[in-house]
Amino acid sequence: MKKQIVAMLLAGGQGSRLGVLTSSMAKPAVPFGGKYRIIDFPLSNCVNSDIDTVGVLTQYRPLALNSYIGTGQHWDLDRVHGGVFVLPPYQTGKDGRWYTGTANAIYQNREFVDQYSPDYVLILSGDHIYKMDYGAMLRFHMEKNAVATIAVLPVPMEEAHRFGIMNTDEDDRVVSFEEKPKQPKSNKASMGIYIFNWGALKDCMREDDANPDSSNDFGNDIIPAMIAAGRPVYAYPFSGYWKDVGTIQSLWDANMDILSMPPKLVLNDPQWRIYSRNPIMPPHYVGEHASITQSLVTEGCRVEGKVHHSVLFSNVLVEPDAEIYDSVIFPGAVVRRGAKVYQAIVGENSEIGTAAVIGGPLRLGDAVDNALTGTITLVGNDISIRPDAYLPQGTVATENEAGGRCYDK
Amino acid sequence: MTSNAFGLIYTGETNPYLRDLALSRSVAAVPFGGRYRCIDFILSDLVNTGVTSVGLIAQKNYHSLMDHLGSGKEWDLHRKREGLFMLPPFMTKENTGLYRGSVDAIRSCLGYVRRNPQQYVILTGSHTIFNMTFNDMIARHISTRANITMLYNEVEPTVSEEQNLDLRLILDANERVTEMELNPFTPRSTHRSCDVMIMDKLLLEYLVEEAYSRGDYDLTRDILLKKCATLKIMGYRYDGYVARLDSVNDFFNHNLALLKSEVRSDLFNPQHPIYTKVKDEVSAKYGENAVVRNSMLADGCQIEGTIENSIVFRGVSVKKGAVIKDSILMQAVSVGENCHLDHVILDKGVVVRDGRVLTGYDGFPIILKKGTTI
Repeated sequence: MKKQIVAMLLAGGQGSRLGVLTSSMAKPAVPFGGKYRIIDFPLSNCVNSDIDTVGVLTQYRPLALNSYIGTGQHWDLDRVHGGVFVLPPYQTGKDGRWYTGTANAIYQNREFVDQYSPDYVLILSGDHIYKMDYGAMLRFHMEKNAVATIAVLPVPMEEAHRFGIMNTDEDDRVVSFEEKPKQPKSNKASMGIYIFNWGALKDCMREDDANPDSSNDFGNDIIPAMIAAGRPVYAYPFSGYWKDVGTIQSLWDANMDILSMPPKLVLNDPQWRIYSRNPIMPPHYVGEHASITQSLVTEGCRVEGKVHHSVLFSNVLVEPDAEIYDSVIFPGAVVRRGAKVYQAIVGENSEIGTAAVIGGPLRLGDAVDNALTGTITLVGNDISIRPDAYLPQGTVATENEAGGRCYDK
Repeated sequence: MTSNAFGLIYTGETNPYLRDLALSRSVAAVPFGGRYRCIDFILSDLVNTGVTSVGLIAQKNYHSLMDHLGSGKEWDLHRKREGLFMLPPFMTKENTGLYRGSVDAIRSCLGYVRRNPQQYVILTGSHTIFNMTFNDMIARHISTRANITMLYNEVEPTVSEEQNLDLRLILDANERVTEMELNPFTPRSTHRSCDVMIMDKLLLEYLVEEAYSRGDYDLTRDILLKKCATLKIMGYRYDGYVARLDSVNDFFNHNLALLKSEVRSDLFNPQHPIYTKVKDEVSAKYGENAVVRNSMLADGCQIEGTIENSIVFRGVSVKKGAVIKDSILMQAVSVGENCHLDHVILDKGVVVRDGRVLTGYDGFPIILKKGTTI
């Protein structure tokens, strides 16, 4: 059955800058915002924009993502025609290979898209947090008679050098594209969201694939080639919350953005719900001596201690006299009696031992490798921190430093 | 493991003592425990037993119930073969569409009973809340060669004024039921039926047809009470927590009992999850002035005020300065600034405007019915 538009979601990234959080799962499967995983945002945006056919391209550690997506029923994407499909790389008779770039990933799955003979294809990536109506972007694309449309976000001029920048004319047509320019001419940063005319994209990908020097990437190769060939490429101006959560700092920042007053990222939006797989847990319980302020708490949690300005995911246990400040606690983690957690991300099913301190100030002689974390302290998934342990801020707790994994949970 | 039994849930019970709570909904659809409805417990019990076919006899006021259950997907009962069957009343030549009682109701869905390949039927009510699986009970039913096995638990010997469908079993030393009493004024037994029985489906068909042919229509009164001598009816004791929503007081007390950790861990045993309709609400959000103690809160809440010893359902908002104690706030309730609420039950969608004060008493909570604005 023909579809007007098919979405292809690039979820293959390892997300190496997220460190131990992605040691066992791909970046799009990383928890976010109390109930969600990063991939819930593009998937929910698709459903809310009436796009019902989504291919999810996986490559790195696909198990968590595969089992999370399942049949797609949680996003209402278990459809008779269309639905959500997980597309891993595959072998063919002569040349099965890994995805060499973002464009190559789509090129290798062109038969999947062709099944629906769509007019347009929407390319998304699985590492951004934002709410966006792709339908409005598609209408813009059609009005402009574009071959390609790139969603762009105005960024502060002094930060523009960190992004892919679109230089446009007054009609939003892209005249040139510069990846991380030293002297940016505009502040329109590419959000990594593209709509292409499927036929034109296929031609372009075929030529690109034949070029051995190409990195097979949308930003580096396909878009510049289209602009160079004089094809109509347009920049769709987006305004609203958008965040690349590719680093520990930005992941923490984005979680805190939900807690700010007023929130920078509004999740409680009945018109634009973010869907997710539900953990099947009872409502959370707040104990007699607990204190919770400026925080998000969800099903299955039990809070007996103090939680301030933090995000607790499902099934988190905070024992009496434990204190949590400015932190993000992933599903199933336990914070034992008397433990203190400051400005940290605590991984899934981890345990913070009795009276341990996570993210305390640096003491004399503490040597911390905080290249990935900055001032944020990171406890990996399934890690058990010994009672009375002291982890100065910026520490990354992996099994070696923490005294063994916690297997008995 | 799949079971050699199918479930048949009768939701036709009425209960005047639930007053406004069951005014526009069947007892099965009465909200419970922050994000559930009564029916979720028995339905999850059946699913956790491995039952793959469940018939649900709806009698009246079943809109809320059908809306809640949908296709049965959330209970994993949305299946190609079997699954969840809604059995509302329908009129045929020999069926008036209106049930006088459970016999009429079951008789009108004998087609469903016959079609099921399983040998045993687990026949249940819908207003008794507990978390167990029936596998051991089925095994006992088979090993004792019973005709019927009935689930019961131990209750206080005294009865309340608001006694409702209180079926007491009098047992001999082998746990065989020798006699039963329905709503006895002075009960001779502390063994109260939990409204679950197991029997061969052929026996159910026979008993229903036989009762119908004599003009009888109530399963308990007309069959069970009279057949203790002729049928081998066995009791099966359940020792876990049982919540019966017999009255507004029971509703209030059993909800607040969830604040005890032993009751929570019993009713929400992680090995036997209780399924319910998922609403995709965001996490509960606590504001900077929120003070919450000894309470249970569901997702989607926005809390700026003070809440103590209360159960708060999904999507409730409590504004700054409001103080709520010993209360039950159902879905989408909104409480304005500086309200004081004590011992109240606010049904779905109730709006309490700024500064209102409502105080009920222990043993007499105030109910505001669905959609009230005060």
